[in-house]
Amino acid sequence: MEPVQLPENKNTGCQSGHCSCGKKKEDGFEQVMSKPSDRRDALKKLTLGLLTGVGFTSTSCSVTAGDAKKEKAQLNWEEFFKGNYQLMTDDEKNSTVKRLERLYELNNGRKINVSAQGPMKDVLYGYAFNISKCQGYMDCINACVQENNQDRNSQMQYIRIHEHKNGSMDFELADDNFYHEVPAAGHFYIGTQCFHCENPPCVEVCPVKATWKEKDGIVVIDYDWCIGCRYCMAACPYDGRRFNWATPEVPADEVNHNQHYLGNRLRKKGVMEKCTFCIQRSRNGKSPACVEACPTGARIFGNLLDPNSEIRWVLANKKVFRLKEDLGTEPKFWYFMD
Amino acid sequence: MKQLKIFRSLVTNGIKTALQGNSLYHVWMGFLTFFMLLGAFCFYIQLRDGLIVTGMHNHVSWGLYISNFTFLVGVAAAAVMLVLPTYVLKEMDFSKAVLIGEGMAVAALIMCLAFVTVDLGGPIRAWHLIPGLGVFNWPNSMLAWDVIVLNGYLFINITVPLYILMCRYQGKEPNKNFYLPGVLISVFWAVGIHLVTAFLYAGLPARPHWNNALLGPRFLASAFAAGPALIVIALAVINRFTSYKIDDNTFRKLALVITVAAQINIIMLGSEIFKEFYWPTHHGSSAMYLFFGLHGKNALVPYIWTAIGLSFTATAILSLHKLRNNKAWLYLACVMLFTGIWIEKGMGLIIPGFIPEAWGNIVEYAPTWIEIGVTGGIWAMGAFIFSLLAKVAIGIETGTLRYQEKISV
Repeated sequence: MEPVQLPENKNTGCQSGHCSCGKKKEDGFEQVMSKPSDRRDALKKLTLGLLTGVGFTSTSCSVTAGDAKKEKAQLNWEEFFKGNYQLMTDDEKNSTVKRLERLYELNNGRKINVSAQGPMKDVLYGYAFNISKCQGYMDCINACVQENNQDRNSQMQYIRIHEHKNGSMDFELADDNFYHEVPAAGHFYIGTQCFHCENPPCVEVCPVKATWKEKDGIVVIDYDWCIGCRYCMAACPYDGRRFNWATPEVPADEVNHNQHYLGNRLRKKGVMEKCTFCIQRSRNGKSPACVEACPTGARIFGNLLDPNSEIRWVLANKKVFRLKEDLGTEPKFWYFMD
Repeated sequence: MKQLKIFRSLVTNGIKTALQGNSLYHVWMGFLTFFMLLGAFCFYIQLRDGLIVTGMHNHVSWGLYISNFTFLVGVAAAAVMLVLPTYVLKEMDFSKAVLIGEGMAVAALIMCLAFVTVDLGGPIRAWHLIPGLGVFNWPNSMLAWDVIVLNGYLFINITVPLYILMCRYQGKEPNKNFYLPGVLISVFWAVGIHLVTAFLYAGLPARPHWNNALLGPRFLASAFAAGPALIVIALAVINRFTSYKIDDNTFRKLALVITVAAQINIIMLGSEIFKEFYWPTHHGSSAMYLFFGLHGKNALVPYIWTAIGLSFTATAILSLHKLRNNKAWLYLACVMLFTGIWIEKGMGLIIPGFIPEAWGNIVEYAPTWIEIGVTGGIWAMGAFIFSLLAKVAIGIETGTLRYQEKISV
């Protein structure tokens, strides 16, 4: 991606759509509203009222604040009032991505690359997990944390590895918090994470449509639209979702700079996040980090619509099963044994 | 225009009335203000640091806030137990209590909305929930339904009493044809708000402890016991400290409502316990953990047995006519029932829904002091609002507060 150039825009007409200059772009609440001008004026006043509380106005109107500070305030303003990513046009997607890149640069002095790449045609992702091969090394977890910029303070992890005693598949008796040499004799290992259900209950319950299933089957979250009610967390039968109870922190030199809007870009406090099959990788034809990191080859990822893919071979030739199938969620995550 | 003028005068005089009172009243309001400020301070800390300052975590992701929210929806719904006979069935015994009941519904609803707001990770983005401004996942999300029905119920419970008070304020008799439709809607609406709130939980197959058909009816039964119990306590206080006298018949009728609801609640509890323990399955693990503890973890056991003890004793007291008709016993039973159901809705329903978590691990929950502070602050706010509303309503009802054309502002 090219380096970001935003400041110039300020002279040629702003992109906010909230001011009277130039052509107005539909974004934010305007996406869903018919917009006769009198109503718009009323809404504008309402937003302004909200903003005084937010405190952006003070900086953006200040004469004494520096240029960078002013630009930051302007960007924050536009970010706060942008709409739901699902409803954005490609133009809007690109401008929010540029704003995010610029904001990161202003705040941290480093450049990041945020992508808004959409789903590829004729692709539906699926995942298979070989129980016979997994030895519980947890390289997948480490790779996942690094790839996806997860909060280091709370040691957030998307993947859980459950250590089962031979002779039982009862998860209630399994241990997912072990600190000993693996593989332990007489035990086997099963990994769980978000199963990217075809019929995801978490999507159904979200009151603001901040989470949805993309065309390629990946269940994603718009981190900027999520209000943090955690209803999705209560609705997920697989513990696939995580909440940012505090401001997530990733040391600057450990931040993965290749990011996706719906994937591993840096999150904020009070929003949900989850496994996205490493959307920033998978949409570029790569496997998720966990698949690549697994030393035993227990993890298989691919396109369910491609008859020649490895995942299709597994589904056709192995005796596969899924977890909690009785709930009707249709996970796209299968287990099998050699 | 004239109505506006009268309304303005009502507000001005209402505020004057609310600001005046004996020293006991001022001490009470000061006491509530202290807890509101304390709650605001705790909320400030929570906003600054995030929900990490609460006892909630990735496994028990709803706690004290949502528990109180659930319980208070019931209290708000219970106002209907007074509205129905007074306005519709011409049973005049409740007429004095009904404005108090509706005031309580308003206070409870504001508390509900406050509890949901403080539970949000990003309250500043709550505008995403406003239909028209944000994106509303209706009709799929039960939470979207809840936002609609709660605000609708709040609207009805503000407008109907306001109309009646406006009329009485001018010394006029309110026009029945005008307010009765609102009352009728509110009756169905009240049942609706609590059922919708129950469906919010009952619709989640991921949580077997909630995913049962009895949840909605049980919510109603317990709410129609706990809500009127709170109203009885409030009426007792009003009877004792103001010139507004509630007659014994009202207490007797209310007590009967509470008794029947409490008895039904106990039957449903028995039905639930039978189902969970006759043939224990993995789906009953939450109940096992709640009542007896599981794998050596038993944080909720004292709560549930306290709740059941209180509910049973209160129901027994209420079921005996002699005791129920004795005011002292009635008040005691109401306090016990209210407390019992309050504990049961939170520590006995919301929390164990998350324990064991999705893969069977038991991670326990206990609220932090910050959480308790915010919760206390919201309860104090509710009591504050209720006190204000009740004071003004009583002023109008007893005739001390009347519209006078000449001195109106």
